[in-house]
Amino acid sequence: MDYFIQQLINGVTLGAIYGLIAIGYTMVYGIIGMINFAHGDIYMIGAFISLVGFLLMGVLGISYLPLALFTVLLLSMLLTAVYGWAVERIAYRPLRGSFKLAPLISAIGMSIVLENYVQVAQGARVKPLPPIVHGGFELSAANADYHVTLSYLQVVIVLVTVGLMAGFTYVITRTPLGRAQRATEQDMTMASLLGVNVDRVVSTTFVLGAALAAVAGLMVTLYYGVIDFYIGFIAGMKAFTAAVLGGIGSLPGAMLGGLLIGLIEAFWSAYFSIEYKDVAVFSILVLVLIFRPTGLLGRPEIEKV
Amino acid sequence: MLKDALAAAVVAALLALPLLGFRLADSQQGLSLDYRFAWVGYAAAAVFIGRLGMAFAAAAFSRVFQRKRQTLLPLAGRPSRNRKIVGWLLVAAALLLPLAPFADRNLIDKATLLLIYVMLGWGLNIVVGLAGLLDLGYVAFYAVGAYSYALLSQTFGLSFWLCLPFAGALAACFGILLGFPVLRLRGDYLAIVTLGFGEIVRVVLLNWESLTNGPNGISGIQRPSFFGLPFLAAAPGRTTFHEFFGLPFSPGQRIIFLYYVILVLALATNLFTLRIRRLPIGRAWEALREDETACRSLGINPTRTKLSAFALGAMFAGFAGSFFATRQGFISPESFTFIESAIILAIVVLGGMGSQIGIVLAAILLVGLPEWFRDLQQYRMLAFGGAMVLIMLWRPRGLLASREPTIRLAADALEAAPQTAGEAAR
Amino acid sequence: MTAAAPPLLTVEHLTMRFGGLVAINDLSFTARQRQITAIIGPNGAGKTTVFNCLTGFYKPSVGRLTLTPPNNGGCFLLERMEGFRIAKDAGVARTFQNIRLFAGMSVLENLVVAQHNRLMRASAYSVAGLLGLNRYTRAERQAVELARYWLDRIELTGQADWAAGNLPYGSQRRLEIARAMCTEPCLLCLDEPAAGLNPRESAQLNELLLDIRGQHGIGLLLIEHDMSVVMQISDHVVVLDHGAPIAEGTPDMVSNDPAVIRAYLGAAEGEALPPDVAGGLPTAPPC
Repeated sequence: MDYFIQQLINGVTLGAIYGLIAIGYTMVYGIIGMINFAHGDIYMIGAFISLVGFLLMGVLGISYLPLALFTVLLLSMLLTAVYGWAVERIAYRPLRGSFKLAPLISAIGMSIVLENYVQVAQGARVKPLPPIVHGGFELSAANADYHVTLSYLQVVIVLVTVGLMAGFTYVITRTPLGRAQRATEQDMTMASLLGVNVDRVVSTTFVLGAALAAVAGLMVTLYYGVIDFYIGFIAGMKAFTAAVLGGIGSLPGAMLGGLLIGLIEAFWSAYFSIEYKDVAVFSILVLVLIFRPTGLLGRPEIEKV
Repeated sequence: MLKDALAAAVVAALLALPLLGFRLADSQQGLSLDYRFAWVGYAAAAVFIGRLGMAFAAAAFSRVFQRKRQTLLPLAGRPSRNRKIVGWLLVAAALLLPLAPFADRNLIDKATLLLIYVMLGWGLNIVVGLAGLLDLGYVAFYAVGAYSYALLSQTFGLSFWLCLPFAGALAACFGILLGFPVLRLRGDYLAIVTLGFGEIVRVVLLNWESLTNGPNGISGIQRPSFFGLPFLAAAPGRTTFHEFFGLPFSPGQRIIFLYYVILVLALATNLFTLRIRRLPIGRAWEALREDETACRSLGINPTRTKLSAFALGAMFAGFAGSFFATRQGFISPESFTFIESAIILAIVVLGGMGSQIGIVLAAILLVGLPEWFRDLQQYRMLAFGGAMVLIMLWRPRGLLASREPTIRLAADALEAAPQTAGEAAR
Repeated sequence: MTAAAPPLLTVEHLTMRFGGLVAINDLSFTARQRQITAIIGPNGAGKTTVFNCLTGFYKPSVGRLTLTPPNNGGCFLLERMEGFRIAKDAGVARTFQNIRLFAGMSVLENLVVAQHNRLMRASAYSVAGLLGLNRYTRAERQAVELARYWLDRIELTGQADWAAGNLPYGSQRRLEIARAMCTEPCLLCLDEPAAGLNPRESAQLNELLLDIRGQHGIGLLLIEHDMSVVMQISDHVVVLDHGAPIAEGTPDMVSNDPAVIRAYLGAAEGEALPPDVAGGLPTAPPC
């Protein structure tokens, strides 16, 4: 029982991270209908910037943990957002409205560029970071068999994710920016005719997505303590799976999908085999797409003839 | 113009600051930071100058660019004889290459590698270029072909030529197995499922140690023989290739032989595609790519048609995989990562979807050129990715995008009886 | 009158719901062989939905769609068939409201693709074709001849090797009809064939449709807004409003039916028709 609950906690933590990345995929797909293949690498860049940030905090002598965390978080969101913006501006915007596969190939190219850029700039070796956030809640029952650890870090990850999600939902549903975004999602041409600056909306989408990916990158850096230039690929693929699972284009769907993927991965690793956890995730994706192609929370699509 | 360039420089500086400006260095106490702020300056300066240069160039050539903008649907008005000539010249060049004075072992080896990619590109072209199915896991079928040859030849001692059809058939079966449930999915979903499938195959190869020997791979794979004559210095009890023909032994003979094998395989793929494009199934693939709904209303079975494209594409990947295994003599899951799928897809799309010669050009550009810069190891892939982006920006529809109709009324009239259109009664 | 012609398509109690929305409610009508049957009705009346049920794009919630092809003893229950089989086996061809040609392929290719199933059999599922056997070459030549016949009919022979997407709009409409006819159907369903055509093109279209009915002896089912087309060529008219049938009969009968006038004009019963609108519903004798 305690083993189960422990895996549940781990799964939820992992799911929160996947969910944050998945939002970037789902928003971009919703708005310009392309798979932003480089998004996983934006997340990887976020992780590297956070790592640099933590070391910089050490150099600057900021040792008060909440302050350091907050500063690094802001810094990494900001700088990663610049990456997200630049990728869109350079590789996708000129191809908008052109041949369908062109942006996808461009995105794959961008993903290769980002990966190898980081490899060249920072080296191919795995980068370790000693744990910064220590301790946690020990939940034990009277009999010594029952023992579950809930680290402070896990609490922080879940809380930050929930907070960001809430803020994000507010932005999308209540603000003019969100309205412009939803309008662009429905019909880009019409939105621009009605005075929505589509370019800016798309840029904002990439910036927001990248900022959330940066948060995920920071959390992974703290949670696992090791990163390398290749983490973006697998995480990106799983996050995209999460977005599809939840119903692409739907924000709550992305979060739900992320959570499910995290749980599946945690439980599969715990109870079956850790080697085949990715296989499990993708098999579930295939099953979902076959039996419910719109994802769990996606709107059903009626074929217009 | 200046303002724009300045803004670009500022963005470049911001981009470069965290990852170029600082370097994570390993030290005794774990990680430490090195500083290279000069690099940030270089990056910003480079972008500034580049941006200015681009603006000047655009202003100077604006008229040229305007004229080059393509029409919506490029369809050649007359048979493009030029392209046919270029095709035959390329074939002739490929046939004569090993005889050229500058063709050393290294060059033939690289050309062989290039031809593998050309063949894979031609195979994937059936799936992506003709049928319009976005397959991001093509490398899985390549892997199936490679491992089936390796395992068949190691377990049963079968020869390369005997295993080749098996490997192709097995890969085609995998194609059908994957295709059957997923081919009704929408384009992008199909892409992601095939991507997942590619990863699944790789993970299974990596972990099913009893069969595949896991990450260590399979080594000592049997090399192909020339109609039963092995390419060895001496084979006890058998006649070797050089003995049979009375030539001095040279390891180069095998290299050249391998080159011709892949050339034949690739040309067979090409011939097959050119031919099947003119058959009802090939036209149905292209029609399906254009409009699936209309196809259904004309009585074309979309699932079966897509499945056939998927299976045939997989089959050619299986052939190429077998060849890869026999050429290397060693295979491991590392050779079948996503990046291979991405390269093959990029070759197809950059070549101009559906264009056979375009694929050769793209393969030379994407695989051939970076091969020469192998010494620059790290920068090679960086340049590769950058080239992909730039070529797409330059020509979004690919290098050779125009499409040749599979059948012409005019040519047909000449072939049959020269009659005016009005007389053609039913 | 040709009202005694045997039935080709019998629609009984067709109902289609999307969630809570009832797009078609209990529709029954019969389309006969060698007749042009028109379905008319205001926007959103569910006309295209009828077509989509008929050609297998939607599965009807309730109802039976029976097709009885001539010179073939059997009949087909369309609501139970997969979309492509309706075209392949039952012989129902259709066109689309927003033209769906294979825009990147040539005009001739469009017409040859439509003969896919016959050519597939002739090429022995590509085997004979790959080997270049005579029987496939012959079949392909026949296919081109049929295409050429239709090209002449729609006056596009000169543009046969153009990309279909580069044709002018009116030609695209005609090509789509020719493409549907190349499947050699027994029932041709046309979804607003006259939309976007100028009066001259529209008259040409009437002629083409009457020819198809007369020379090929097949049934036509037509959705149309353009009353001049409907009234001039159809033998039988079904009027839909909000998914429900409100009138049925010859063009004459229908255009004088008060329920129809009410549906189109929203006028109260007994109110006189304004002259300009009455002109929009001309009464022409069926051909």
